[in-house]
Amino acid sequence: MATPLVVSEVSKSFTMHLRDGLRLPVVANVSFSVASGECVVLGGPSGIGKSSILKMLYGNYAVDAGQILIAHKDRIIDIASADPRSVLEVRRTTLGYVSQFLRTVPRVATVDVVAEPLIARGVAAEQARERAAELLQKLNLPRDLWQLPPATFSGGEQQRVNIARSFITDHRILLLDEPTASLDAANRAVVVEMIRAKKAAGVALLGIFHDEEVREAVGDRILDVSQFSPRKIAA
Amino acid sequence: MTDTPLLKVRDVSKFYGNRIGCSNVAFDLWPGEVLAIVGESGSGKTTLLNCLSTRLMPTTGTVEYQMRDGGYRDLYHMTEAERRFLMRTDWGFVHQNPADGLRMTVSAGANVGERLMAIGDRHYGKIRETASNWLERVEINTDRIDDQPRAFSGGMRQRLQIARNLVTGPRLVFMDEPTGGLDVSVQARLLDLVRGLVNDLGLSAIVVTHDLAVARLLSHRMMVMKDGHVIEQGLTDRVLDDPREPYTQLLVSSILQV
Repeated sequence: MATPLVVSEVSKSFTMHLRDGLRLPVVANVSFSVASGECVVLGGPSGIGKSSILKMLYGNYAVDAGQILIAHKDRIIDIASADPRSVLEVRRTTLGYVSQFLRTVPRVATVDVVAEPLIARGVAAEQARERAAELLQKLNLPRDLWQLPPATFSGGEQQRVNIARSFITDHRILLLDEPTASLDAANRAVVVEMIRAKKAAGVALLGIFHDEEVREAVGDRILDVSQFSPRKIAA
Repeated sequence: MTDTPLLKVRDVSKFYGNRIGCSNVAFDLWPGEVLAIVGESGSGKTTLLNCLSTRLMPTTGTVEYQMRDGGYRDLYHMTEAERRFLMRTDWGFVHQNPADGLRMTVSAGANVGERLMAIGDRHYGKIRETASNWLERVEINTDRIDDQPRAFSGGMRQRLQIARNLVTGPRLVFMDEPTGGLDVSVQARLLDLVRGLVNDLGLSAIVVTHDLAVARLLSHRMMVMKDGHVIEQGLTDRVLDDPREPYTQLLVSSILQV
């Protein structure tokens, strides 16, 4: 089975220059891989570094040491050392991310927010919008909201827009940061079903799920992040 | 993804006597890429922008631009006429104060049409039609086409300046604090408009701003300047989410949360 994501000996700390150079170690020696069709769950208590790992993988956080290897088209790209342009190229076609919060652009309609990643990959606008509408329908987002910008939506509505936006493409790797946190049971079930479909399609998924039911339903194995945490050693 | 940069900047420095304007700046700008240059007043960001756009001669360094035929030309080895032609056709420059980029006493339509005439359009009807389309694209009611920008609000003037710059299909646009003097609601509208146009047209842009929210919304990549030096650069998300340098941390931590 293909392994599109390999993380090798990654370490990360924050240096707070405004606090006299205080150094906060986050994680050290993170090594794991995710295979196609597999959903790996990051486990461990709050503050142990789960979200930080996702942000490093997506290129939002720099890493101090180690490699993050992504199978991108016919090459392997190390996100830890890639230039901005390569990171953006990997995000556009290979690596997707469902963040906890939707960063909205004023005035852009929901259906266009969702269609945007497809259009960025060269799909015709009309076709992308149709696909966006299908996903919004599936996620039970009321149709009269589709033409409105999502800025004023409720937390659960925004999260569903976020999920639709990230699931619309066929990215081979998906990072999920609590995708079901503010959803009701019915919509959680829809998302579980969508994650299963991604697995069946051979997508490699790595996620944080605090909801035990969802974790049981989609997770293949749990990766305990405490083992990478310097806090464990200190305690 | 094309494999050659649009702009190659090497070791650009500008000194004002003994004082540093900007020092040893080097980067490549790729087609379709939006680069934000951020920093406080006096950090050298506008000096750098002016050096890149040939408005100011750097003391040392080279800036090479890929012409439409694919060849590179050193901007400072061109003739003045060639540079002016580039500025009028293949480039745009959006000033903070629209009055610097517009002709305030000719009509809105003529402000847009003038750039078209510079590239050889002569048919009055077609020029007027194109101008009118562009006014619509920047959300200015077309019944204002014969009004002078003097009679426009600040936001409208800025949108008109953008239309004037984009009408010739430039490949590279420089923007100096494009939302600087505008109130917040007008800023949001303008940013959204610029973002859409940049995406649709596949433009490359270099945007100078002191507003990190503008950088976040518009740019792919970011350079942070302090005292004439680029102290940190990288993917915009990375610089803002995980700033490494003391000064960048100070900038990011100074953003007011709404």
